[in-house]
Amino acid sequence: MLEAFLLFLVVVSGTGGEICVTRAMKSVGEVDDFRPLAVARVISHALKVSWMWIGVSMMALAFFSLLAVLSIENVSFVVPITALNYAAGALGGKFFLGERVTPRRWAGVLIVCVGVTLVWLGKR
Amino acid sequence: MTSSHNLHLKTYAMLLIMVLFAPLGNVFLGKGMKNVGSAVSWSPSQLLHILSLVLKSGYIWLGIACLLTFFVAYLLILSWADYSYVQPTSSITLLVVALLGYFYLGERIAPLHWAGIIVICLGVFVVGNTPPRTTGAGAD
Repeated sequence: MLEAFLLFLVVVSGTGGEICVTRAMKSVGEVDDFRPLAVARVISHALKVSWMWIGVSMMALAFFSLLAVLSIENVSFVVPITALNYAAGALGGKFFLGERVTPRRWAGVLIVCVGVTLVWLGKR
Repeated sequence: MTSSHNLHLKTYAMLLIMVLFAPLGNVFLGKGMKNVGSAVSWSPSQLLHILSLVLKSGYIWLGIACLLTFFVAYLLILSWADYSYVQPTSSITLLVVALLGYFYLGERIAPLHWAGIIVICLGVFVVGNTPPRTTGAGAD
């Protein structure tokens, strides 16, 4: 039960964090100048967006949850399960960022979910 | 050498770094956390003790360094290669993690588990072969 909860945190918090960071970076605008000073300006701008801090906090929570679950489960089990990020990412992208998820991408997500189920059953 | 040849060379070099360092990072984190052990209770003092052991673990720092190397290579390759070209590579990293877990860490992996990993790789490959941008300018 604990491992399922930690894996849930890794997937949901990690994907949620990435979505929040994406939202923050979209509000900053497209970067087309990669000189160090310009990049530093973009980073300082991004750090003023609250979504960035929410995203980084969620990603930190996902990282520590990953460490916790790795202390009780094998890495060959944990890492494939985290591929559920693709499912969470597709759902988050569609409902939170308004992206159009193509049928082919949904099919890929479904195949990932089938694979994760097999990995989970293979461990039992 | 032509610029096209150089582009292929640096792309393959970055892909190789990604495919090696992401799994190595996860495997070192796994080995480090197995050495640290899991928390007996969730009391603040126990969690602080675990955190101090984590920060002292060489394997954890090695894992973080490998994941940072992967991340830098990932950012660099995305500056010239398509996201839809790069993303399927992450499916290979899942397989490499399982192989390292089996051969380096001695983890037992059941046939159904292997089948699941291969199906996940296939799924990630299908996801990766979809348009990387569906909103705004440049969307399909």
